[in-house]
Amino acid sequence: MSSVVNDTHHEEHPSGIMRWITTTNHKDIGTLYLWFAMIMFFIGGLMALVIRSELFQPGLQFVDPQFFNSMTTMHALVMIFGVVMPAFTGLANWMIPIMIGGPDMALPRMNNWSFWILPFAFSMLLSTLWMDGGAPAGGWTLYPPLSLQTGDAFPFLIFAIHFMGLSSIMGAINVVATILNMRAPGMTLMKMPLFVWTWLITAFLLIAVMPVLAGGVTMLLTDKFFGTSFFNAAGGGDPVMFQHIFWFFGHPEVYILILPSFGVVSAIIPTFARKPLFGYSSMVYATASIAFLSFIVWAHHMFTVGMPLAGEVFFMFATMLIAVPTGVKVFNWVTTMWKGAMTFETPMLFAIGFIIMFTIGGFSGLMLAITPADFQYHDTYFVVAHFHYVLVPGSIFAIMAACYFWLPKWTGNMYPETLGKIHFWLSTFFVNLTFFPMHFVGLAGMPRRIPDYSLQFADYNMIASIGAFGFGFAQLIFLYLIIKTIKGGKKATDQVWEGAEGLEWTLSSPPPYHSFNTPPAIK
Amino acid sequence: MSESGSYYIPNGSKWPIIASIAVCTAMVGGSTLLNGNNFGKYVLFIGLALIVFMIVGWFNTVISESENGVYDTQVDTSFRWGMIWFIFSEVMFFAAFFGALYYVRAYSLPWLGGEGAGLATNTFLWPEYEANWPSTANGPGEIGGDFQVMGAWGLPAINTAILLTSGVTLTWAHHALKEMKRMQLIIGLGLTVALGILFMYFQGLEYGHAFNDLNLNLGSGIYGSTFFMLTGFHGFHVTIGTIMLIVILGRCIYGHFNPKNHFAFEAVAWYWHFVDVVWLGLFIFVYWI
Repeated sequence: MSSVVNDTHHEEHPSGIMRWITTTNHKDIGTLYLWFAMIMFFIGGLMALVIRSELFQPGLQFVDPQFFNSMTTMHALVMIFGVVMPAFTGLANWMIPIMIGGPDMALPRMNNWSFWILPFAFSMLLSTLWMDGGAPAGGWTLYPPLSLQTGDAFPFLIFAIHFMGLSSIMGAINVVATILNMRAPGMTLMKMPLFVWTWLITAFLLIAVMPVLAGGVTMLLTDKFFGTSFFNAAGGGDPVMFQHIFWFFGHPEVYILILPSFGVVSAIIPTFARKPLFGYSSMVYATASIAFLSFIVWAHHMFTVGMPLAGEVFFMFATMLIAVPTGVKVFNWVTTMWKGAMTFETPMLFAIGFIIMFTIGGFSGLMLAITPADFQYHDTYFVVAHFHYVLVPGSIFAIMAACYFWLPKWTGNMYPETLGKIHFWLSTFFVNLTFFPMHFVGLAGMPRRIPDYSLQFADYNMIASIGAFGFGFAQLIFLYLIIKTIKGGKKATDQVWEGAEGLEWTLSSPPPYHSFNTPPAIK
Repeated sequence: MSESGSYYIPNGSKWPIIASIAVCTAMVGGSTLLNGNNFGKYVLFIGLALIVFMIVGWFNTVISESENGVYDTQVDTSFRWGMIWFIFSEVMFFAAFFGALYYVRAYSLPWLGGEGAGLATNTFLWPEYEANWPSTANGPGEIGGDFQVMGAWGLPAINTAILLTSGVTLTWAHHALKEMKRMQLIIGLGLTVALGILFMYFQGLEYGHAFNDLNLNLGSGIYGSTFFMLTGFHGFHVTIGTIMLIVILGRCIYGHFNPKNHFAFEAVAWYWHFVDVVWLGLFIFVYWI
């Protein structure tokens, strides 16, 4: 495109591996992000299976407790920073420039660096598995003083987090600059697809909180190696202060993991209900409200730490407020389906599964928000059940829905529908088999992050472990299906889905290397 | 919004992968060094050298593209948004350390002294401890031993004046650039660079005074921790800002920039003002009150 307009610049396409290493194309980079997330998904999944193997029966059978704790810690870090965030950034890279009618991401070279940090950062993180003292085992939340007892892995962990944060911040800056500056003429903010809106707000959250995490882990580093007393009460600091800093990052972070899902589901439900999204503007305002509230609820992660009563009460009510804009979203999706001409292709199945199971996770979140009740639930498997419901059949299902929804557009081939449906039903069955029993053992008092448990929890744990293995193997279908679709299959039309609306469906399937040489006309 | 199809998409670039290798090398080297293996410092040094090489190379590419006129106003706007949000992320980074300072002063230190919910902590663990910011702010364990507090009205006040003046000289240079008065531009920028270097020199003197005369260092409990981390990261940013100003000064002397097209100058100016504002926060909350 630029080569036509600008004679100082002619396009070069290196081939082979150098194309992928040096690329500045948003589609290439999006693909890289998505494949990276896929690889990490299986690595993180294997770690989950180590955990579930150990918990299959009471007693210690396969791994020693230190390694078990490393697995819970690394599983979380890999899944959050290596799977969900890169997968959403990959979707953003692929879809946002197309959805807003722009030529590419705003800052293409920085876009490349945002991705190419990740393989290095995760190599550093995963290499700690083989270090003296083992991989980090103090939980992904890195609470001191426990996390300061990490062995040689410690500085690698901290720097890996800095590095990932750098990647996320640059990725987010790119998304914001793209959305604010690259829209086609006529694409006003309130005409943007919700996926773009939710990503704009997510990017803002990322830029606001990743530096806070960087600051917090820097304090951990200086406490360990340079004699500072940030989290040392004897020196006037406070280990609880780390929890405040961490969760000031951590709570917006969990919305970073879910808001783009809302955008995906808001694209899929109208397509297969063949009705426009109900309450578009209320969706935008609800997303913004959730983002605002995410900054003033962090201490609900630390109700049992010994905060003043006023703090407990404030954070309880502020947390409950989040149910209002979230409820607006759920009702809008349901209302979009109301009297729609619905069909149930795989993306729609995943989207509906998302709505139902994310809502279950939302309700258990409300239970956890109640301070006095949280004293019972805190650090039990009830919490594990809660956040896995919002993250697995929440974020992960939304990512899978997005893959099925846009795979025909990306590859030009239809995926095998029956296999997709089998993948959905197996995933849904096993995800519930894994995580639903955790509510019960949690309410009965089974603690998190312990490799052994009391005998009365045995049955439910065995069920959960069977579910986890089932879910894990079901994902091999997903991998097979994606490779098969890339290699060939029934040709997809440009429109792909009968009810699909939006700029991405006006392009060919697969779209040209540069999406819009001239800005499209916006209706 | 896009007006035409001329947005500049650069060709594939080798700089990002070099950047990743460079930063990763430095981090691995630094980690190894921190773990007590001296070999790490060579790896760290190689990494840092690669980082410098990468920054010079990457910016060279961008500057020559800019001078060849491949950037249109839309690309310029992308750079502006990029810089604005980058500075916002920097603000949030400092917010973490300012937040730690406020938290310690408002909560953790008074609690250690027995206020509110801290009564039991104080009574059973440290009954002797009286919480006073800043005089007993190295905690009940008196970590780092006796220290004296850095006063506000000596070097820090002079440094405040220096940074504020540098903001004025930079703005003067900017106006000169817009009016094509090259001599004023170069003098204004040169003065700003000089003031930046003077600031760092005084900051160095102040640190020397702290280490040698006040027994105040990073290990002086939470007072030393917050003091040196906040002023240290600020000083680091002043250093980066000064280097950026020197690059811009060089470009001005070469005759880069014109009244309409000088985003690099503005980006550095924004960054410098940001560093300036952070200093005001430091002067008020770290040194003064």
